[in-house]
Amino acid sequence: MYPLKYHKAASVDDAVAILTKGDSAKLLAGGQTLLATMKQHLAAPGDLVDIRAIAGMSGIKAEGDTLVIGAATTHAEVAGNSDVAKLCPMLASLAAGIGDPAVRHAGTIGGSIANNDPAADYPAGLLAVAATIVTSKRKIPADEFFDGLFTTALEEDEVITSIRVTRPKRAAYAKFRQPASLFALVGVCVADGAGGVRVAVTGAGDDGVFRHDGLEAALAAKWSADAVKGVKVASDGLLSDIHGSAEYRANLIRVMAGRAVAAS
Amino acid sequence: MSTGIGARVKRKEDKRFITGKGKYTDDIRGDNQAYAAFVRSPHAHARVKGIDIAAAAAMDGVIAVLDGKQLTGDGIGNIICGWAVSSKDGSPMNMGAWSALATDRVRYVGDAVAVVIAESPAEARLAAEAVEVDYEILPANAHADRALSKSAPQLHDNAPGNLIYDWEIGDGAATDKALAGAAHVTEMALTNNRLSPNAMEPRSAVAIYDASDEHYTLYTTSQNPHVARLVLSAFYQVAPENKLRVIAPDVGGGFGSKIFIYPEEITCLWASMKTNRSVKWTADRSEAFITDAHGRDHHTTAKMGFDKDGRIVGLKVDTIANLGAYMSLFSSSVPTYLYATLLSGQYNIANIHCNVRAVYTNTVPIDAYRGAGRPEACFVVERMMETAAREMGRDPAELRRLNFVQAFPHQTPVIMAYDAGDFDANLDQAMAAADVAGFAARRKEAASRGKLRGLGYSSYIEACGIAPSAAVGSLGAGVGLWESAEVRVNPVGTIEVLTGSHSHGQGHETTFAQIVAERFGIGLDAVSIVHGDTDKVQFGMGTYGSRSGAVGMSAIVKAMDKVEAKVRKIAAHVLEASEADIVIEGGQVKVAGTDKAMGWHEVGLTAYMAHNLPPDMEPGLKESAFYDPANFTFPAGTYICEVEVDPDTGETEIVQFTASDDFGTIINPMIVEGQVHGGIAQGIGQAMLEQVVYSDDGQLLTGSYMDYAMPRASDLPFFSVHNAATVCPNNPLGIKGCGEAGAIGSPPAVINAITDAIGNNNLAMPATPQAVWNAIQAAK
Repeated sequence: MYPLKYHKAASVDDAVAILTKGDSAKLLAGGQTLLATMKQHLAAPGDLVDIRAIAGMSGIKAEGDTLVIGAATTHAEVAGNSDVAKLCPMLASLAAGIGDPAVRHAGTIGGSIANNDPAADYPAGLLAVAATIVTSKRKIPADEFFDGLFTTALEEDEVITSIRVTRPKRAAYAKFRQPASLFALVGVCVADGAGGVRVAVTGAGDDGVFRHDGLEAALAAKWSADAVKGVKVASDGLLSDIHGSAEYRANLIRVMAGRAVAAS
Repeated sequence: MSTGIGARVKRKEDKRFITGKGKYTDDIRGDNQAYAAFVRSPHAHARVKGIDIAAAAAMDGVIAVLDGKQLTGDGIGNIICGWAVSSKDGSPMNMGAWSALATDRVRYVGDAVAVVIAESPAEARLAAEAVEVDYEILPANAHADRALSKSAPQLHDNAPGNLIYDWEIGDGAATDKALAGAAHVTEMALTNNRLSPNAMEPRSAVAIYDASDEHYTLYTTSQNPHVARLVLSAFYQVAPENKLRVIAPDVGGGFGSKIFIYPEEITCLWASMKTNRSVKWTADRSEAFITDAHGRDHHTTAKMGFDKDGRIVGLKVDTIANLGAYMSLFSSSVPTYLYATLLSGQYNIANIHCNVRAVYTNTVPIDAYRGAGRPEACFVVERMMETAAREMGRDPAELRRLNFVQAFPHQTPVIMAYDAGDFDANLDQAMAAADVAGFAARRKEAASRGKLRGLGYSSYIEACGIAPSAAVGSLGAGVGLWESAEVRVNPVGTIEVLTGSHSHGQGHETTFAQIVAERFGIGLDAVSIVHGDTDKVQFGMGTYGSRSGAVGMSAIVKAMDKVEAKVRKIAAHVLEASEADIVIEGGQVKVAGTDKAMGWHEVGLTAYMAHNLPPDMEPGLKESAFYDPANFTFPAGTYICEVEVDPDTGETEIVQFTASDDFGTIINPMIVEGQVHGGIAQGIGQAMLEQVVYSDDGQLLTGSYMDYAMPRASDLPFFSVHNAATVCPNNPLGIKGCGEAGAIGSPPAVINAITDAIGNNNLAMPATPQAVWNAIQAAK
């Protein structure tokens, strides 16, 4: 790790100020990607702004049918929270399946979506239920937030503060793990919620998380595992690497979509 | 409770390990400690045109920046391969020059070109990044099967066509003739996937130079510290043996990768002298992936012929073996004498011929890894047997049984003479335990759940001990492969055993103590095992090839024989009896049939007081022995794997894994079962998960656990482990060895089971979900 300055932000304004003035400043939430990258000398922020202690930054509350999840809330908290279990159990089971216990007790929902790893679980879950990402500046619909590999709509001086999820009628997430990393080789979230019937896919797209029109149409017509069986999933635009060809990933999208529907 | 041979004694060393009191190389801190960081090539193949150290040398905490020209200028020798293998035309192997720090050319990603010595690890690492190396990038090749083609880049001037040797064993003409007359010939192309060893403790070295008497001490992660000292002294001219002490303290796993002497240890010793500082280097995991010797990487075509009754008439094998960019210490022996000599498997095969071409590629050097050559041989033989059975419509178990060697000793056509075994017993035991009879019903039930269920066998044999010295010497080994031991009985009767074997996970502190405590009728706590330090133990060949039981313990037995002889003489003298009537048991030395006895501790005291010893007897009670076995030992067994495959995803679950092994005498069944569990886990890792992947131009694509899949507990079933043993006739305890069997026997069992499930024989290792799904699609 290169030498750097560590800051513990007291408020969102404080964090934004350091982010603006600092030397290649980066926000630190759970650090589950950033710290590993820094240790490998692949990232070298001069200033590191820890946002975990900011009041209101973590924790979960229910506002009627809407879950409000603080950006610095850990995956373990999401997985174990009773409001999440009641309003959106899909999200609880998704969070319970991220990484391993150590990762889940440090990694945060805000950190995960700000990083927007193309194999991360949350982008598929939040896109499928048409979540809203609340920042220090504005409210961004999930459809506009995720913007390609490791890229989001966030501006340089913008800090995610919470994520809002409205209770879907039904939703489920099914993941096929890459054997080494256990990240999603393909993860599919199916939901019938605020955004209508949606099928969001992570791990497979060569430009990050995406929605699949064919599967959405089939499920909108009939919400059943059988309905997706006949859907053709093309391999165009899918990742191909040592862990899975585009054709294999295309197959897994259809299979995992069916399993998610069966579990919903 | 008995603590002797056959007792399930809990490991004495575990209290130290599980309470965090183990002392590993990285825990050592020398006087005036400094730290090394290596400057490594990011290119697979390049000419080094210049190294600019100015910026690095000026950085905070930097003590020195040293390069290969300085190293060779100081007379540090090239790294050598210590086992000479000649081509079939009689020409010697083409060993390319390998300097610990490259001088003019780098040949793999990770090849070291310079080292920074600094006050802290962080400062060393930062400065290493600031060393500017001017590289002229050259074309590179990572693939063994391309290395011999005309278009492949040449790695070493003295190895035209990248060929290290073109070696053969067996009678080619007779084998061709036998195959020509065969009623059925099975032909297969088989790849044995390249593996990274991944010991839990990464390699580490602490070099401590004492200028006052020009003496070096090296703490290092070694399976064989004496061999390290020998090689460092005799070949690399670091220091004479009496001026170099090598200590391998607690070592966290080796699997072969810590046998070899690497550039880092050599460089740390030299740098310690250059800077007059203690120098420490510990690999991080990324560095381990690009510097620890890899394993396997064989590309084979094979033909096995059968007569009309199903008896094997001949086996012809052609293998290309990747040895990486340079020849590591024992690399040459792995795809030759440790591989082709086991191609007879458990079977009567009159005609075998194997040709092996070893090649250079722009990859990490390849050397012995758990099993070393024998997993590759077992994979060829057992995949061929299963496939042949399917092609001929024969039951795979019965085809094996028909061809089993039944009479011992049995001379194979490929050097090995099997001394003992009962292959039917292992097959029968495994089949009963695996309930093979009930498999058809289980397959049907799985099908009702949409799963494809399959069953596969592997009847393995391997050769352990790697001995006798004269025999391995005649095959080119540059060392003798005996073992030494010293048994020191203290005046109070407690015993220290000094052994040349090294324990890095095997539990020697327990098992070695068991045989000593039993022999002299004393408690396990009264016996301590000392190993891993060249100043304490006179010499030792170390631990690899499952040899610590068969060879290391035999040396202890030989030393105990001498101790016992002296004890008898002392007791006979003191108790005024005949030596022949002396009995040692229950902490006492007695005269049989009388009430005359002395305590075990009294014998020690008598020996050291020397007030009342037989005439002409030297005082003291300490004996040593060197033991050189008469033959290899031959552990064998049958493994049966049962799998369920999800046809939608190719995901495979091992639902049952049954092992029946013949390890000869077992000292501690709990530890042996642990070895089997670990070995099978490693074999399943190779069969289903692990694979080192290089891009065509030699970049390592699996350089972390994000991409290199290690087996996890959740990938493995509960193992059903059984034992049907015959005693090894060639060593005093009857031990065969158990350390590698699991890794040798299991991969073909897994692949045979999956191919049985999916109905397609054409499946490469590792059988990842993607590979299995592809094979299912191809069979449709």
